[in-house]
Formats: sequence, C-alpha cells, structure tokens
Amino acid sequence: MKTFLKSVALAGLVSGAAAADKIAITGGTAFTMNGDERIENATILVDGGKIEAVRSGGSVPAGYRVIDASGKWVTPGLMASGTQLGLVEVSLSGGIVDASATAKAKDPVTIDVTWAINPDSTLIPITRIEGITRAATGMQSTGDVWLGQGAVIHLGDGYDLTVRDRAFIGLNMTGSSADANGGSRAVIWRDVITALEKAEPQPAMADDDKDEKAKEKKPDPVKDTLARLFSGEATLVVAAHRAADIRNVIKLKSRFDINIALMGGAEAWREAAALAGAGIPVILNALDNLPGSFETLGATQANAARLHAAGVTIALVGRGTHNARLMPQYAGNAVANGLPWSAAMAAMTTGPAEIFGIADSYGTLAEGMDADIVVWSGDPIELDTAAEHVMIVGEEIDLVSRQTKLRDRYKELSRSPAFR
Amino acid sequence: MRPFRNLRVFAGLAAVAAVTSTGIQAQTVVEREPAAFQSTYTRLDAPITAITGVNAFDGKGGAMTNVTVVFGGGEIMAIGPSVAVPNGARVIDGSGKWLTPGIIDVHSHLGVYPSPATPSHSDGNEVGEPVTADAWAEHSNWPQDPGFIRAAAGGITALQLLPGSANLVGGRAVTLKNVPGRIAQDMKFPGAPHGVKLACGENPKRVYGSKFGEFFSRPHTRMGNVAGYRQAFADAQAYGRAWDKYTRDAEAGEDVLPPKRDLKMDTMLGIMNGDILVHTHCYRADDMGSFMDVADEFGFKVSAFHHASESYKIGDLLAEHGACSAMWADWYGFKMEAYDGIRENIPFVHKSGACAIVHSDDDIGIQRLNQEAAKALADGNRAGLDISKAEAWIWLSLNPAKSLGIDDQTGTLEVGKDADVVLWSGDPFSVYTNAELTFVDGAVIWDRANPDRAVMDFELGQPGEGDLK
Repeated sequence: MKTFLKSVALAGLVSGAAAADKIAITGGTAFTMNGDERIENATILVDGGKIEAVRSGGSVPAGYRVIDASGKWVTPGLMASGTQLGLVEVSLSGGIVDASATAKAKDPVTIDVTWAINPDSTLIPITRIEGITRAATGMQSTGDVWLGQGAVIHLGDGYDLTVRDRAFIGLNMTGSSADANGGSRAVIWRDVITALEKAEPQPAMADDDKDEKAKEKKPDPVKDTLARLFSGEATLVVAAHRAADIRNVIKLKSRFDINIALMGGAEAWREAAALAGAGIPVILNALDNLPGSFETLGATQANAARLHAAGVTIALVGRGTHNARLMPQYAGNAVANGLPWSAAMAAMTTGPAEIFGIADSYGTLAEGMDADIVVWSGDPIELDTAAEHVMIVGEEIDLVSRQTKLRDRYKELSRSPAFR
Repeated sequence: MRPFRNLRVFAGLAAVAAVTSTGIQAQTVVEREPAAFQSTYTRLDAPITAITGVNAFDGKGGAMTNVTVVFGGGEIMAIGPSVAVPNGARVIDGSGKWLTPGIIDVHSHLGVYPSPATPSHSDGNEVGEPVTADAWAEHSNWPQDPGFIRAAAGGITALQLLPGSANLVGGRAVTLKNVPGRIAQDMKFPGAPHGVKLACGENPKRVYGSKFGEFFSRPHTRMGNVAGYRQAFADAQAYGRAWDKYTRDAEAGEDVLPPKRDLKMDTMLGIMNGDILVHTHCYRADDMGSFMDVADEFGFKVSAFHHASESYKIGDLLAEHGACSAMWADWYGFKMEAYDGIRENIPFVHKSGACAIVHSDDDIGIQRLNQEAAKALADGNRAGLDISKAEAWIWLSLNPAKSLGIDDQTGTLEVGKDADVVLWSGDPFSVYTNAELTFVDGAVIWDRANPDRAVMDFELGQPGEGDLK
C-alpha cells in the first residue's frame, strides 16, 4: 500500500510540472554575463518563462513568488557543450546507446538526433540539479567522419526538450577517425572537401537551362543537409587536436565561409591567433594535458587561458555525458591555470550560446531572455558550492534525481531492510 | 579473521641448510618463492628543508596553523609552532599556504597503460585466461610515462599500479614512490608488500563470455566469477600442502624433490598467507558481499574494494570485515554495476566507520584527487554529516597507505615518517589551488615555479616540451 501511494505521488510529480509562474529572485549577487556586470542586491523578475527585469533592489510587484537569494550568487543556468544527453543511459552493456550508430547507418550526416532524445533519461535530472540547464547533444559515433546533426536542448521538464534542432553538424577529423575511415588524414580531408564542394551553392544559371535542370533534380538528403551550413542554419563542429589538423580546419573555413567550431583542440593554443583571426571558436576539455596520442603532444591545461587571451571564443565541457555536470570544476582548473573567472563563466554561458546559435534567447540575465537562472550557495566554480534553486525556461525544478533518492534511502543502514 | 602478517620478504630470507637432530647434514631445502625483483630505489639528494609559517593537515584527522615543518635525510624531523630552523637548511616561506602528506593513489594504471596510449603500450590486461595470478604489473611499468610527472604536479607521492580488470585474478600489483626511474625497480616503494588485483562483476564475464577469438570460455556469469576465484584458491591450498610436505620431509633429511613451482599458485598462496594484499575491483554491494564470503572461506582479508560504487549500501559490513573502499567522488552510469553510484558514497562509507579512500583509476583524475575529496566532503556535509577537511584528508593519505601496508612509513605528517609532503598554494580543498612543491623523501619531484621542470624522454623534442602542463 505504501509503495502504491508512493507511485501515485510520483506520477503526480512527473505529470504535474508547475506551470510557469511569476517569480522574483531577490537579494542575491547577480552575475548577468553581460560582460563583467555584477549586480548587488539584485531583483530578477520572471514571467511566462522569460526574464522580465534585472535590476538592483526595488520592490517586487504583487503576484510574484519570491525566492530569497540573500548572500547567494545568481547566474544564468549553465550550458554544457559536447554531450550525448538524452542519447545514452548506460554506456556499456546496458542496452542501446542512441548516440552510437553502427556502420549500417546510411548517410550519417543526415541523422537528426531529436528523433532519439529521451527526456526521461535519469541523466537529465542528475545533470540539471547541479545548475546545468542547457546542453548541446549529438552523436558520438556513426562509423563515419560525419556525426550527423545535433541539437540544443534544455534540461527542464516536458516531452520536448528541443531548443534548436539540427543546430550543428558533427565532423570527426581526429587521427582515430582517419584511421577508421580510409586509414589516412589525406583520405578524410579529400572526402570532406568533395562533399562540401558538392553542396556548395552554385551561381545562378541562365533561365532556359534552369527548367531543364530542375526536371533532372533528384532528392539528395546529404546535399540538403550540408546546404544548411552554407545558409548559416547549422554550424560545423569539427573535432581535431593536432596543430596541423587545426590549420586544415582554418583552411576549410576560409575556403567555404561557413560557421565552424573546433571541438577538442588539444593543440589549439598553438594556433590561437589564427583561430581568433578566422573567427573559429573552440569547445575544449580544460583538463586535457597528456600526450594520449601523437596528435595531443602539446596538450596543456593552459589551453583555455591562452585561447581566451588571443581573443578566441571558448566553450567548456565536463567529463563525457554522465559527468557533464563536472564542467564548473573543469572551469575552475582552467582558472587555476590562468583563465580569468569571468571568461570561465562565459565559456559555460555566452560562449556556447554564441557557438550554437541561441544567444538571442539564452546566455545572459537580461530582459527578454529565457529564464534559465541558478541560485548558488557561493561561487559556482568552487568545489563546495551547490545549486540551491534551478530555474529552466521559467520553471523552478525540484532538486531531486535518482541519485538523491538512493542517497536518502541509504542514509541510515538497516540489517534487514523491508521492501520500500 | 587473521590479521595481516605484512611480511616484507615472503617465505624466509634465503635457502638454508637444515641440520637434523642427528647432526647429519641434510640436503638444502629449496625455498618456494625466493625474493625477486627487489626495489633499487635510491633517495634523491636533497638539503635539509624547513617550511615555515605554514598551515597543515596531518593526514590523521588533525589541522595545524602557522607551524614549521623540518625534514632531512628522507624523514620528517620536526613539526611545531616553535621549531628551530637548522643551520644551512633550505627555508621555504609557507605563510598562507598549506602542507599535507603526499597523496597516495591506490588505483593507477600509469606505466601499464601509459601515454601515448598506443596499442604497443597497452600492457595492463593479460587477457587470454581468467586467472593470470602469475602476471606482475611491475613488469609492464614504463617509467617514462609522462603521466607520472603530471601526477606529481597533483601532489601524488606514492601509487599502486594495478593490472586491469578483465581477469578474475589479474595479477600482482606494485606500489611505487612517484620518482624518476631508468628501470621499473627504481620506482618500487622499498619494503612495500605485494598487492594483487582481482575483479568482480561485469568485466570478466564480458571479456570471456562474449566471443573471444574463435571460442567462448568461462566465466559467463557472476556465479562463474565466484567459482573461478574459489577454484583458484582451492588449487593453491593443495599446492601449499605439497610444498609444506616437501619442506617437512626435506628438513627431516629425506631425499625429496621440491614440487614444481607454479607462479599462479605462488600468488594465490601468498594471498591466503596474508603476505599479498588483496585489491578487488567490485562495484555492486552483492558482489562485495559474495567476495567477502570467499575471503572468509579461504582465510584472507580484503584490503580494499576498488570503485565500490555501492559501498554506501553496506558500510557496516565493510567495517566489520575491515575492508577499505577505494572510490571516485562522482563517477556513475558507464555500466550497469555503476548505475547506482551517488555523490555521497565516500562520506557515507566514512560515516559507517569503514575505511574510505579516494582513488583515480585515471591519468587525469590522479592529477587532482584533492578535488575529488573536496567534492565528496561537501556533498556529505550537505547531506547532514559533519566531517572536517582535516578528517577528509585521511581518505587521501593515511587510509590508502594502510590499504597498501605502508602506513608505518608514509601517509601522515609525523616525525620519523618519510618526508612525502606537498606544499599547496592555498587551501587544497579549493579548485583554485595548485600544488607548488611535491616532495618524496624530502626531495623535490615537482616545482611549479621552475621553468626547467622535468620532461620524460618521450616528450623531448616534441611540441610542448617543457611547457607547464
């Protein structure tokens, strides 16, 4: 009976997500991420999922539920780049992992991950209760250099987490990808350039030719997908580490004039000025500092700081997908290796917002932005800090996950626990 | 439960000539396992060093403020608020900084799975049969792994290299001082007992239960895993009895041939004799429960369960057995047996009165185990516990030292102990803090400020040589 009642309560919890209401967060120190702006005694008003106002002090209008953030730090919710959230539950021997397609998958570049995202994944609450409210999620492997089309999602309640579908196209140009897809970097670069040339918009043809050509046109999903790069609808996220490979990425940008972000980039610091000049942002793991292969010989924890100093936009990742939530710790290590604190925060908010094309609605605490807001017990980057209130698109989520339930169940041990 | 005998040299010192009561010179009694692969570690030269005005965690639960710590001759010589600095000592101003015992990682694959991680360097899992108790991790250790220097930069002064977890019995582990070596023996922690790596759960059954080459072999299941350990111990019991009989007969002057040496059985027997410390990869509470029963059946103790994602469910049982749990702060979900990992595992185990250890199993994680402890501490206290930072440092030095049988030499700041210490730029529980100086036996193995910092052979002449990594 107890179990039954509990399941009823649980069902209520799941389906009865609180409707977006009027909320005021008051008294905290807000880091708005509009540059280095810091607002003491901030009043942040939220209505209809959007931020209505951000100001210092002032009264709260009637009808707002107040979250007292006195003594707390308030920031935008963080965004993790480079995850497989919603596409993986258990990585190994735990059933299907939707983030990994097999070599049977046809035309991998056309894969659209939104068909596979599972909003019930336990990883989503586990991640969001740590203050991460958004993520870029995409395929990890497809048996090809092309990793398909990834999405930007929010980690709130609901069936559809998609914020921006087909936001990016993944392309793996690392040594291991070359090894698996023809055995040489020379092969994969040739193939990628050929594919992009084919999809590149052609100069308009004379009218009399046009009708004839239109009749011949067959559907070409690969070309149509890649065309989204040329129209600016999607960003090409290219994984590469070696300085020589990064120079190829820069050449690609200059040859095709498309939006490109570099993923990984262990040796990106060696090409920092060129990356800044080309306007190529870098999504990086701030802890990478080992020569795991001959393409990461120059890996250093100073990568983030050096790129930032050169004017490159950066975004950070955590440890894979299950521990994407560790991103603030990774940011802290970048700070300990020279990255300014505000740049580390930007690499978890405005940086990814810009890279993944959602900067008009997410990344800062400002009027009109989606209300992704976190109230922290202190400095979000420090190890003993916790997220105390997490709001995603205007809704405050419960700070509960499968892990917190296990924690609460085993806080006191019993020699003969009853079923519960 | 029999306590560890913690023998430094197993099974006697050397072959001895026995003399019988009749005074007749008997044949030489062959020793079963003469000492081999002895440590060639030589302490690095270092001046007497005094760190003044520093704050310290002593590694056994205490904190000190504004003390001076003096070490020389490889040992800690004095600690206190009014310690005199010896003439000629190297003096380091420690004001505003923290000194701690060096961090000891009980679970590393540095050297055996080194960087670069090329297939040619993959020396950690002797896959082929599930019991490879004859394989020794030290014979795979590449002392030129750049990971050792990165670990020193994270305050690691000693570490245990383990074989991987593909096998039920992966082989012997080795405890190292984190020092440069031309050969693997140069790094061996002098006097440290041998360890052995065993594995529960998914890995052995996956490796052998899935198609392996052209055939399937055991184990396929958890029951097959347990059967595998038990048979290996039972075989070793028979092996031990044969050697005991031989030794008795030879000492009695009988003309007997010694049994053929079996390197696997030597290890299994060493476990049951208490000479080899048991480190078992085990995630699930029920797997640990079964394994502790195997230990009871064959009369040995588990030194530590490694990974131990579900130790928080059985902290009381682990405390009773006396088994440590070597854990991550927050890894989970990468396989089913890790699915129930929670962030409070380490502090909950500690709260149960069991021995908690922070471990890495990772060449990146080993560089910041202090941060792992900091996260676990914060999560535990947020869940209602009241654990101090000083107490939490036990997870990083004393408890790991105990599980490796080296706690009489290292793991705490105490006079007479090895001067394996780290000077931190600030509070070592802050993400913004770096290890400035790491000492092993009083010699600097890491100096963050020195631009001529150590570079392993592999990194010479390569991009990034000598960079601050």
